[in-house]
Order: sequence, then structure tokens, then C-alpha cells
Amino acid sequence: MTKPVSTFVNVGERTNVTGSAVFRRLITAGDYGAAVAVARQQVENGAQIIDINMDEGLLDSVEAMTTFMRLIAVEPDVARVPVMIDSSKWEVIEAGLKNTQGKPIVNSISLKEGEETFLKQARLCQAYGAAVVVMAFDEQGQADTADRKVDICKRAYDLLVNTVGFAPEDIIFDPNIFAVATGIEEHNDYAVAFIEATRRIRKELPGCHVSGGLSNVSFSFRGNEPVRRAMHTVFLYHAIHAGMDMGIVNAGQLDIYDDIEPKLRELVEDVILNRREDATDRLLTEAETYRDSGGSKAKERDLSWREAPVNERIKHALVHGLNEFIVADAEEARQQAKRPLHVIEGPLMDGMNVVGDLFGDGRMFLPQVVKSARVMKQAVAHLIPFMEAEKEAAGEAQSSAGKIVMATVKGDVHDIGKNIVGVVLQCNGYEVIDLGVMVTCETIIETALREKADVIGLSGLITPSLDEMVFVASEMERRNITLPLMIGGATTSPAHTAVKIDPAISVAPVIHVLDASRAVGVVSKLLGDGREAYAAGVREDLARIRERRLAARSKKARLPLETARANAWDCDWSAYSPPKPAFLGTRSFSPSVETLIDYIDWTPFFFTWELKGSYPAIFDDPKRGAVARDLFADAQAMLKRIVDEDLLTPKAVCGFWPANRVGDDAVLYSDDTRSTRLDTFHGLRQQAAKDNARPHLSQFDFIAPAGHADYLGGFVVTAGDNGAIHARFADEKDDYSSIMFKALSDRLAEACAEWLHEQVRREHWGYAPGESLSRQDLIAETYSGIRPAAGYPSQPDHSEKRTLFALLDAAQATGVSLTNSFAMTPASSVSGLYLSHPDSCYFAVGRILRDQVEDYAARKGWPVEDAERALGPILDYVPGKTVAA
Amino acid sequence: MTARTDRLAALERIARDRILILDGAMGTQIQDLKLDEAGYRGQRFADWATLIKGNNDILNLSAPAAVKAIHHAYFDAGADIAETNTFSSTSIAQADYRMQDLAPEIAREGARLAREAADEQETSTGAPKGVAGAIGPTNKTLSISPQVNDPGFREVDFDQVRLSYAEQARAMADHVDFFLVETIFDTLNAKAAIKALMDLRTEEGVDRPIMLSGTITDRSGRTLSGQTATAFWYSVRHARPWAIGLNCALGADELRPYIAELSRVVDTRILAYPNAGLPNDMGEYDETPEQTAAHLGEWARSGLVNILGGCCGTTPAHIRAIAEAASGAPPHQPARRERAMHLAGLEPFELSA
Repeated sequence: MTKPVSTFVNVGERTNVTGSAVFRRLITAGDYGAAVAVARQQVENGAQIIDINMDEGLLDSVEAMTTFMRLIAVEPDVARVPVMIDSSKWEVIEAGLKNTQGKPIVNSISLKEGEETFLKQARLCQAYGAAVVVMAFDEQGQADTADRKVDICKRAYDLLVNTVGFAPEDIIFDPNIFAVATGIEEHNDYAVAFIEATRRIRKELPGCHVSGGLSNVSFSFRGNEPVRRAMHTVFLYHAIHAGMDMGIVNAGQLDIYDDIEPKLRELVEDVILNRREDATDRLLTEAETYRDSGGSKAKERDLSWREAPVNERIKHALVHGLNEFIVADAEEARQQAKRPLHVIEGPLMDGMNVVGDLFGDGRMFLPQVVKSARVMKQAVAHLIPFMEAEKEAAGEAQSSAGKIVMATVKGDVHDIGKNIVGVVLQCNGYEVIDLGVMVTCETIIETALREKADVIGLSGLITPSLDEMVFVASEMERRNITLPLMIGGATTSPAHTAVKIDPAISVAPVIHVLDASRAVGVVSKLLGDGREAYAAGVREDLARIRERRLAARSKKARLPLETARANAWDCDWSAYSPPKPAFLGTRSFSPSVETLIDYIDWTPFFFTWELKGSYPAIFDDPKRGAVARDLFADAQAMLKRIVDEDLLTPKAVCGFWPANRVGDDAVLYSDDTRSTRLDTFHGLRQQAAKDNARPHLSQFDFIAPAGHADYLGGFVVTAGDNGAIHARFADEKDDYSSIMFKALSDRLAEACAEWLHEQVRREHWGYAPGESLSRQDLIAETYSGIRPAAGYPSQPDHSEKRTLFALLDAAQATGVSLTNSFAMTPASSVSGLYLSHPDSCYFAVGRILRDQVEDYAARKGWPVEDAERALGPILDYVPGKTVAA
Repeated sequence: MTARTDRLAALERIARDRILILDGAMGTQIQDLKLDEAGYRGQRFADWATLIKGNNDILNLSAPAAVKAIHHAYFDAGADIAETNTFSSTSIAQADYRMQDLAPEIAREGARLAREAADEQETSTGAPKGVAGAIGPTNKTLSISPQVNDPGFREVDFDQVRLSYAEQARAMADHVDFFLVETIFDTLNAKAAIKALMDLRTEEGVDRPIMLSGTITDRSGRTLSGQTATAFWYSVRHARPWAIGLNCALGADELRPYIAELSRVVDTRILAYPNAGLPNDMGEYDETPEQTAAHLGEWARSGLVNILGGCCGTTPAHIRAIAEAASGAPPHQPARRERAMHLAGLEPFELSA
């Protein structure tokens, strides 16, 4: 069945958080205005249907889908085309269906969870009035052969048409486009299987359509756009002729079939159509020559690298996947090394680290990594007999470096990444038990226990796998399985690991592994001598990530405000005497820059420069260390200049007032008689249901109720007005100095807050007169009392700053003022409250319910809508949506 | 049940031979009663806390005889099917009068009054007389924000609207032959009604043929929520309606192109009940029965429609004139179209199979 190309429907894919990094960033940042603009642009550029996907592990996808659909509904330029509601979660699809007035496509349903679920979802699609994409996926998994694809689609068609009464023309089959040319032989036939299945489905299942996500096919060549475009084009050419009439395609990723350079087209066609055994190798060899242009001249065989020292040669062989000389080179290295192990730990690992970095940057492809692993394996194989002989001589028992149980979690079938991790680990002397794909939590844990494994590794590519990983972690917690847990796979991230997985498990460390090459380093550290310190460091990193994400998204149940309030933090106030500050009212300070330099926390400074790592450990980082040291030297020079040229004038003001907790608020009095109310700070209370007995915190819980003489402090500090200096650097076109100056201004403002807080504890409030803490301790906040800031997780409402600034007369004292949206200007400023209770702590309010928003609005004397706007990021509901009775 | 099944079969037979006649406006007839606040209240709502004048549906409870008399007047004029006086009998619409809790009772009694009138007419004429349970759009919209500065805002959500519709439909079910989801200015509201009706069918065995009628608000040819007539059809086709068409907002002259558009793409019966022209400066409709009937008679002879009636401003005299003008004209034959996937945003989309 040959179809003219013109009937092919292109589904726009820019409004898909899993497909577009730009869109994902906009949605996670809550910038829906810009996200709608992406949709508009896509329609303007000719998308006939737009695919909308909000499957991001850290998003409330139901809410994001609802919000986005409602916003585009009122944009005629966007709403004019049909939408494809794309999610692997049914409740997200249903949210989309409930907000679409037109007739959409649901993407997707499948027989993955059996007939009952399939029929139920199909009937709902029918009742909402939607066409449907059906994946070639059943209880056994995703179909990879043509026969399996056709069999599953036939079964689904039968159920839909005969049991449900679905219109055949409203069925779109997606027979799974998988990556070819991965270096793994079974994958070579994947494109052919799709094309063949398409031909049969269109012929044997009358009325239906065939669609697919094109970019998968070229996944192993990511980074090499010319080759990817050629692969897409060739694939589409054949698939369309077989009857594929719809696809999720980025038009920018396509060429015109006839315009592809003939040699490249032949090579690509060999791969797509699996026409010769060496098709992948041939394309791989040539791919590099097309990377930047369309140039076609093949590279000459160049052996000049053989003249380099042996360690360099090994590295070169690994990076280029050349195994011709590896055994000889490994032997030569072994003879030079003190112990055979040093060859593995030295040149071989160095080479694999380069491979990992190149792969991570998209400069190397999956099949090349597999080849590198092969070279590694051959080198290790050569070295192992020598290592065993060494052990025998030393009388050690033969054992592996460690045992790792790995699995792709339940519900997921993607395993390329995991397989590579397995290969690389095995190359390094680890024993790997690979449980395969769709592995239940029970099997993973049982196997790990039975085999006495040292590490458990979980992998997954699709979004729901993230939830499954959290489940495995919680099961490990419940059963007290203390094995380190490694997390990897394309949708996993440090953020998800920090926010979702790490909190689920306290008995064992959780480590996110970015890619295969890093797995060995991680495992060796997890099992090495410094394991505790390493695990603690990982925990710390995750905690920091989590802190940044705290205000956002957790999908816990919420309690009514009254219930949460009844579980407030409390203590025996009669047994506690709050310290009295040395003065009441306000006082101003002008610390010198030199004083503050000692209080700088440098780790965030490196973060600013996108050098992630803790200070000072970052200086020893093999990759970033040199850059970090240079940067630090430049920072010192700039600091000197700031001091010498008097570029900044830090200012500070703090104040203390008699205060008591009233409900969730802190009421301030003008003097110790507590007869005249001065002002009120408003607090917000946690409402997330807790599995433990912990209280539902509000920041003023730590202030004593009426009848006790407690106090509240507040401060505003600034590094000073640096606008003029900025302008100077800008005039000099010196971006580097400009950014450096701004980064240091921010650090100095934070340092000023740190310095003032110390003064407060020692003198002004004076409850810790003898306190003497190192800089490390200050950064780790080991001192007593806190300084929470408005706009941060403990009190996300920035408008509270207005009260603070008025009480401190901050503009007068420091020159810092508030913008209409309560941002501080100059920007290098910090403000906050002081709480003195030794148990006071930072926390995140988290998402809150409408009852608290209404209560808060009433306390602030606001309309509810204003409170909803101020608290937008932490609302646990869609504003304006009436709660059903 | 048998009576209803027989009646539907008889109406379907008649529909093969001639154009079925729907009744005219309820509101216009009620206005003619010139009821004051006390008239709306009757005895039962004498002490009701809010003003209720204008809540036409409450007359099902406070002035049932008047409502029934209007049904009789339309049947006498030649209507085959009466619409129940339940346009606003949802909890959402009745909330304006704080009568949300009464909504099911209003709906049930409205259906009963039409049924009684229809049964009496069947007895006296021997001809089948149908009752269509009218389900209006409510006064809230699911696709449009009422707040200019907050386009993502909605006063209600899909499930609230769906549940409110389900409550109304359930209350009317015993007495009606059809459900008529009408004056659809926001297709998403209609989809909530359709979902409610489909759920009633599968979960409670309440199975009545569905009629759907959209509203093209002006000469842009779009519904209030922005859809073209064809996009509207594609969006609600899953209801497998017994008939679909357009009503209200426009007079016959202005409505014709959109009825013609539907008649080319729809594969079921076509329904139309326009206003008596466009309103004049005083908000009154002054198209005469003869003028309206002249337009609709032409539609009938052109084979555009299967069911004709009247909306705002039409009276029993209009219905009588329409019935006469349409008599003898052939009913519309459903469009036959190549099999294709039909989707819709605000505009229709087609991908042939």
C-alpha cells in the first residue's frame, strides 16, 4: 500500500517535556506564558497536531496538564489545531481530556497491564470523545519483531472494534520505533521490523493508522545531526511508503530524501534496512566525516598514535575502540607497572573516564562506547591471570572486587544503558548479576540478599520507572536492606534522586550515576576504605539539591489546617526562659569588606560558575580542579581590588522586639509591657501528612505564646550598591570581571549575614556569648538559632519583607529597598528574621491547601486571590478551581 | 418502557417520510403570561430569600398548569416533540436563585408535565408525541475564563458540570423519550453532558437517544468557545446522536450556511430551530410566522433538515406555519463520507483511512 507523502501528518513535539529541554525548563519554572508561546510558534510553523506531554518526575503532571490545556484553550492561534494528550499516566491523560473541547488523540494506551485496564481506558477514551494511539506493548513487554508487533496490534484492534465498539479510523497503532546501529546485533533489525509491521497492520487492520516517534531510531548517533537527519529521512521514506501516516517528528531533524549525499544515503539505508552485516560499522566509520558538514572524504588510516608512550596509546585505543594492539600495550604497561592492578586503575580507567565524558557530551556514540568497553575487557582479560598469580603468591583467596545486582525496574524495558554499565563494571573485575528488564522489586531484593550482593543498581528510561525506583528504595528501608543503591537511566536525575528517592531510604546510601563510565568510580568508592565518608558526602550533595527544590512539588496527602495546627511544634514553655536581647529596637553597622571575607562560603561561588563540587575539595577534582584553582585565584585578585579601590560599602541593620506566638503568627509589641501591638509577622504551616510523629511546623512555633517574655529579631544586610561598578565593567566589555564582581558581591552579602548573625548570638541577643565556631561550622549551621528569610521554604511569601523593612527602617539604614514584587535592590542583599530557640530549625512549608490560603488571606487582610498569587508556587490546588463538595 | 420503545420506533418511521416538528420557545410564552415576582413564587416559594422572577424552570413547581398549557398549545400547533421546561434545571444554573438543591425536583416535574401533555395528545390524536428532556448549557463555561487577567481560571471544572448534568438527566429519565443537549455555546460543557449521559447508560441502564444542538453566536460562524460547525460535530460525534443541529442566536436567514455545512458532513439526522430573526433594538423578535416559515420551508425543500422547530421569539403560530411549510418536503438523507479519522481543535481536521 503506497501512500502519497502528502497524507503524512506531522505531530509537533515541542510542547513535550520529555522531548524538549526548553519546554521542560519553562514548565518546571512555572513560566506558562512562554510555554504557550512555544505551542503557538509550533502551530505557526505548520504543526497539524500538537503533542502535549507533562511527564516529568518532579512535576505535578496532572496540574501541569490542566493548567496548560486551560491556557491554550483561550488562545485561538493554538487551540485551532487538535491536541495529542501524551502521558504514561492515565490520570494525566484524563486531566487533559477534561480540558479539551475539541476531539483529541490520547497517546497512549496498551495491553501492557492486561485486557481489563486496556478496555477500561479505551471505553473512557470513547466517552470523552478521543482517538487513541495504541502501543504495540502487551503483558510480555514491548514488541520488537514484526510478528509480535502485528499480533499485539491485531489483538488490540479486535478488542477495540468488536468489544468496545471503537471506530477503526480512530485507532492509531504505534508499533515501536527502536534505536538501530547500537552495536548490539539484535537491534539491527528493529527498523525493518517496524516498516514490515506497518505494512501488514495497514493491510490487515482496515481503517486504522500507524504512527511513531521518529527520533528514537537514530538515538545511538546523538550529537551527529547530519547522520541523524539522514537516518530519519531514510526511515521515514520507507515507513511512509509502507503506510505510516502520522509521526512525532521535528521537521528540523529531516532532510529531503533525494538531497542526501548518495554515499551517506547508501550507508544509512544499509543500516535502516539491515542490508549487510557490517552496516553499523561502516556507518560508524564514516559518521565522523559528516558530523559538521556533508563532507564525504573518508579518513586515511593513521597510525601515528602508535608513537606515543604506552599509557597514551591505551587511552587512544579505548577512546577509538581499537583493539588491534591492546593486548600488547596492556602487557607493556604491566611490565612497567608495579602491580597489574595499577594498569587497570591507571591508564585503563583514565581512558574510560574520557570515553564517559565524551559520551556524556554527545561527542561519542553508544556503539563506540560498547567498542571501548570491548577493548577494556580484552585488556583486563590479559591482566587477570597476573593478578591471580599475584594473589596466590600473597596467599589471598580469589574473590571479585564486589558483586552488583542490576535491573531495569518493573514496567520498563529499556536496558541499553544498564547493559553498558554491566559491561564496564565487569571489565573492572566486578561480578555483575543482571536481572534483565521489567524486574519486580521483590526479585531485586531477594536476589541481592541471596547472592550476598554489595550494591544494587536500578535503571529505567521512562518516567513511571522513577516511581518504581522510589518504591524499591522504600522497600529496602522497610526491610532494612543496607546495600548502597545506584540509580541510573535517561529520565533519572540528581534532583529526582535527591527529592524523591533519597528521603525514602535512610538505611543505605543512594547515588545517582550520570553515565556508564562513572559507574566504576562510584562503585569503587562505595566499596572502598573511605566508604562512610563518601556516602556522607553523597548524602550532603543530595540534601543540598533537595533544599533547592524544597518549595516545589511533593505529592503527599495534605491535612486540614486545623489538624495541622493541632500538631504544631510545642515545648514546655514554663521550663524555658527565652533569652532577652541586649537592646530592643534597631541598630546599624558598617562592617569592612576585609572583615567579611573570612565569612565567605565558597561552595556556592563555584556553583555560580557551573563548577559543581564542594570547596575546598573541588581543587583536587581531576577534571575541574585546575579551572577551580584559576577561578579562585581570580576571585582573590578581585577581592583585593574591591578592598584597595573601596568598591563596596557593606551595610547592616538588625532589631529585636518583644514577641509572642499567636496561632501561626508572631505578634510584636512596642515594649516589654506588651500592651501595644507594633506589628505582626505571618507564618505558614506545613500541611503534608507525615508518616512519623513529627510536628507540622510553622516558623513562629519556636516563639513562646502569650504569658512568656520571648523576642523576635530581624535584619537586612547588603554588600552595597554595585551598579556603577557593573556599568564600568560593562563599558570595558569585560564580562568576566563583571560576573566575577557580581558573584563576589553576592557572596559578601551572604558573608555579612553570617557575620551579623554571629554578632547577634554573641552580643546583641547574647545567648551564646562564648560561641567560637570555625568557618566550616558556620557554613554547616551548627550554631543555635536560625535566620529564616521571606521567600524561602519556611515562609515563601515575599511580601512579609515589607513588614520587616518598615520595622527596621531598612532603606534609611542600609540603602536597600524593595521592588513592587518585593525583590531587594541592590540585589546583593540579604534579609531575614532571627529566632533564638535552640530547637528552632529550617524547614519547608511545602504545598498547602485552600483552607490555609483562605485563613492566611484573612490574617493578612487580603482577598483570597492575592494570597493565591503570593503563594502560587506552593498551592496544592489549581487556583480558581472550585473544590467539589 | 414498551410505550416509549413503540413511540420511538413510530417517530423514526415518520422521520423517514417527512420532517419532524419540534416545538417553539418556552420563554416567549412564559413572558406572555406577564407573571410578577409573586406569580413566580406561587404559594410554595412565597417566603424564598432571593428574588426568583425570571427563573422560568421554577414554574414547573409553582405554576405547573401554565407550563402544561404551553406544551398543549405547541402540540395543537403541530409539534411532534415537546421540549421540557428544564433549560436551567441543573444545580449549577439554579444556584443563581439558591435553588440548587431543588434542581432535580424541578427537572423531574418539568419532564412529568411535558409527558402528561404528550400522553393526553397521543390519546386525543392517536399520533406519537415525543418528549425531549432539555439540557441547557448552564451559566458557567469550561473553556473560557471569566477573568480577563487570569486566562487559566475556570469557575467550574469538568466533573462538577458532569455531575450536575447527571443529576438533571437522572431526574428526567422516567418521563422523557430523548435527551436534548441544547444551546451548546461551549463544546466542553456539552462533552461533560455527553459523558454524564453515556455513564448513565452504562452504569444505570438509562438509555435514551441523544439529540445535540449547538449555537453559532454570530456571523463569524463560530460557537462562543470558538469552534466551527464541523469542528463542533467532530468533537461530539462520539455521542452517536439521534440528531444534531443548531439553535438560537441567529435567525433562519443567518443560520442557513451553518446548517448546510453540517448537512454535508453529518451522518445522522439534522435538527434546526432558529430564533424568530435577530432581536430588534428593544431585544424583541419580530419575524412573523410567515417570514420564519418561508425560510425553513426552503430548507426543507432543499433537503437540508430532518427536524425543524423554533427558538427565541417563536410562538405556536410560528410552529403551525413551519409545520405547514415543511409538509410534503423530503427529509434530509445523511451524508455518506469516506472513512477517515476526524479530529478537532477550534477547526476540523481529517486524515483519511
